[in-house]
Amino acid sequence: MAKYLLLKHYRGAPTAVNDVPMDQWTPEEISAHVQYMNDFAARLEKTGEFVDGQALAPEGTFVRYDGEGRPPVTDGPFAETKDLIAGWMVIDVDSYERAVELAGELSAAPGAGGKPIHEWLEVRPFLACPPTITE
Amino acid sequence: MNEALLRSLTPSVLGILVRRGADFAAAEDAVQDALVEAVRVWPADPPRDPKGWLVTVAWRRFLDATRADAARRRREDLVDEEPAPGPAAAVDDTLQLYFLCAHPSLTPSSAVALTLRAVGGLTTRQIAQAYLVPEATMAQRISRAKRTVSGVRFDQPGNVATVLRVLYLVFNEGYSGDVDLAAEAIRLTRQLAAAIDHPEVAGLLALMLLHHARRAARTAPDGSLVPLAEQDRGRWDTESIAEGVGILQAALARDRLGEFQAQAAIAALHADAPTAEETDWVQIVEWYDELARLTDSPVVRLNRAVAVGEADGPRAGLAALAALDASLPRHAAVAAYLHERDGDLATAARLYAEAAHKAPDLAERDHLTRQAARLNARRCR
Repeated sequence: MAKYLLLKHYRGAPTAVNDVPMDQWTPEEISAHVQYMNDFAARLEKTGEFVDGQALAPEGTFVRYDGEGRPPVTDGPFAETKDLIAGWMVIDVDSYERAVELAGELSAAPGAGGKPIHEWLEVRPFLACPPTITE
Repeated sequence: MNEALLRSLTPSVLGILVRRGADFAAAEDAVQDALVEAVRVWPADPPRDPKGWLVTVAWRRFLDATRADAARRRREDLVDEEPAPGPAAAVDDTLQLYFLCAHPSLTPSSAVALTLRAVGGLTTRQIAQAYLVPEATMAQRISRAKRTVSGVRFDQPGNVATVLRVLYLVFNEGYSGDVDLAAEAIRLTRQLAAAIDHPEVAGLLALMLLHHARRAARTAPDGSLVPLAEQDRGRWDTESIAEGVGILQAALARDRLGEFQAQAAIAALHADAPTAEETDWVQIVEWYDELARLTDSPVVRLNRAVAVGEADGPRAGLAALAALDASLPRHAAVAAYLHERDGDLATAARLYAEAAHKAPDLAERDHLTRQAARLNARRCR
């Protein structure tokens, strides 16, 4: 019973095996990919392991505080950021091994040529709340 | 209306339906419906016999639901007639439900969810909120768990140890929502202790009560963790401690030691000390030796090293620690503490920072980061 974030990167992860940009796939291949992701989420809901899944737009803005009474400063988007998050899925599973197993399945989503992308997903455990019994 | 009282009737009502021939999954749904109905109706119209009311309503719900697909399933003959209520075997039924919901074929998270619903009478929404997952996910987890145990015979004897592990998980879950899981775990363990005479059930109940007694003192108003040694002992719940100690003593007297009794004994020794300095660390080390013998758990050996450090000095603690695998969770935190006690602040600060980096939860990470910062500030002065 621990939550993990499965993080998908636009950039910043090692290169996928089937590394073809999505805009060079056929429309059918894109549909098959989307279907795979939806089916995956639906299946996790059935197993009682799904918590959340979101996709993010690639372009973002950096914002920071600029002092009392002043509007926040914005910067970017930066075309060259090294690490760029594409989206995530949050799962609630019984073990780290199960989290890795599921990430492996998600990474098998079909891409160009209908073949698995083999993309690298990052698995990050949530910081939980402290257990009651510690000593 | 007292919701705890209502929910305490859940297992016996469910047990009666199952004994009347209802299958477990359908009976469980029917009992949930009856509980929801009770919450709605009872405040204005309290029944004279709450349990009888629940059995009647749940049985009706079961019949309605079963009739709805009876044509397809051809079960009319089974459900058409309402059987006479059987002999009251409530206690036994309750125990059987604990066994079923903690069946070894279930994963820990399914067993926990099923126990909270079928034995605890919590709604799916309450359980989902407590574990911070969507209600749909929790609903699926529970119905899957019910399918998993659907072939298990209700009167099959179960294993108390698996039940205790499930209750321990519920108690130790830090998340808090609408439902107080620690209090719920205590209620369920108390109910189990009434259904079966077993020293480890008593041991777990004592362990929970002793830890629960310190709950108010464990966190500062800002939410940060207060370590045992720094807690305001005046805020410990003495009534809960007295109850826990009493239950533990009766269990230990039966001379069938188990890991929960040993853990409770350690908690009792902490609870017994008027100040942190007066803690009987020598006895605590002895209990950790017992616990290590019973469980052979590396986490126990790690905690034992802390106790040795207190009983025989930090050097002895570090020597005990040296025998353990450095990759164990909290190893760096224990090493940091012992090095600080030994006066090596530079090493301690480095290890606290390392431990913070590896901490599995936020409160602990913040606590360890503060320890590192405290030592670094002192060293730079």
